[in-house]
Amino acid sequence: MRKKIPSTFINMCAVLTGISLSASFLLGLAYTKTQDAIERVKNEKIITAVREVLPEFDNDPLAEKYTNAAWPLFEFYPAKKNGQPAGTAVRSYSPDGFSGNIWIIAGFLPDGTIFNVKLTEHGETPGLGSKSGEMPFIGQFINKHPGHFILKVKKDGGSVDAVTAATISSRAFCDALSRAYSALNK
Amino acid sequence: MSTVKTFFNGIVKENPVLVLLLGMCPTLGVTSSAENGLGMGLAATAVLVGSNAAISAFKNLIPDKVRIPCFIVIIASFVTIIDMVMAAGLPEIHAKLGLFIPLIVVNCIILGRAEAFAAKNGVLLSVIDGIGMGIGFTAALVTLGSIRELIGNGSVFGARLLPENAKTILIFIMPPGAFLALGYLIAGVNKIKTRVAGE
Repeated sequence: MRKKIPSTFINMCAVLTGISLSASFLLGLAYTKTQDAIERVKNEKIITAVREVLPEFDNDPLAEKYTNAAWPLFEFYPAKKNGQPAGTAVRSYSPDGFSGNIWIIAGFLPDGTIFNVKLTEHGETPGLGSKSGEMPFIGQFINKHPGHFILKVKKDGGSVDAVTAATISSRAFCDALSRAYSALNK
Repeated sequence: MSTVKTFFNGIVKENPVLVLLLGMCPTLGVTSSAENGLGMGLAATAVLVGSNAAISAFKNLIPDKVRIPCFIVIIASFVTIIDMVMAAGLPEIHAKLGLFIPLIVVNCIILGRAEAFAAKNGVLLSVIDGIGMGIGFTAALVTLGSIRELIGNGSVFGARLLPENAKTILIFIMPPGAFLALGYLIAGVNKIKTRVAGE
């Protein structure tokens, strides 16, 4: 016989319960020990991205983060310098990526000009659609104002040069960026 | 089986990926680069060693009829703990492996070794089996990841090996290429094995 304990009803219930309780205890313990670090890592990631897409600021945009019910899942991080607004970073997405949602963080100056954009999460094809997160594609948005620089690819009548052979990803990127602009100004 | 034989069993003779054909899902899914393969291999090894040890230690306390649910709870607990530890301590690799870390729970290698080995052997031997199988798994993943990364991206572990403008075959970084590369790898290993057995 392999097992010394017979499979009686009582034994089975007792062992299953015992194992489940022990597992729950250990998992709870691991959770309490790791949650702070996990939260810190998440915030680090966001604040690094915010710093990359906005000019210098001296407040804590994460602490002043707000949301807009009209734009679910978007996040807005206002930056200030010496008490004056320095810009806002908007975390937005577009569902029209080639392979699922495309998430970006876009930094807008108070007058609406794009300071910088960063592609944060996507499932686009490596080497093709993923180039929408790199220069030169991303460079064309810097210092442009969506009022004059139409956030659509040239094929759709806009001002944006799409990534060669990655029109869908480029379109999705523009969509995410124009949504970010609309969300900020409406 | 002796300890040494147990250890090398998982690396060569009964390599979980190349011989037993277990754990195909993460093998195909995360080997788009050598580094990802290494990360997944090490994470799965950690779970395998832990679960083999725990199951072997309690093998006489677990009634036969409920052994599978008990094994699964033990395995899932280890995976969840490793997932949290990686999210806290190794965020980059955790983000790259993503959904495949929780999928370690249903990695057939882990449940397979629990049922076939840990439930019937002592703790020390089970730990060694776990380490051996884990190394075999990691080696297969790193090999496959390196091949795919080299052909599809011209680099291995991030270090560019091919010149910048060399033509790479992008499909090797994507799922169909994973099947192709794995198929050839298994064929190659089989060929070597027949040749070695014939000598």
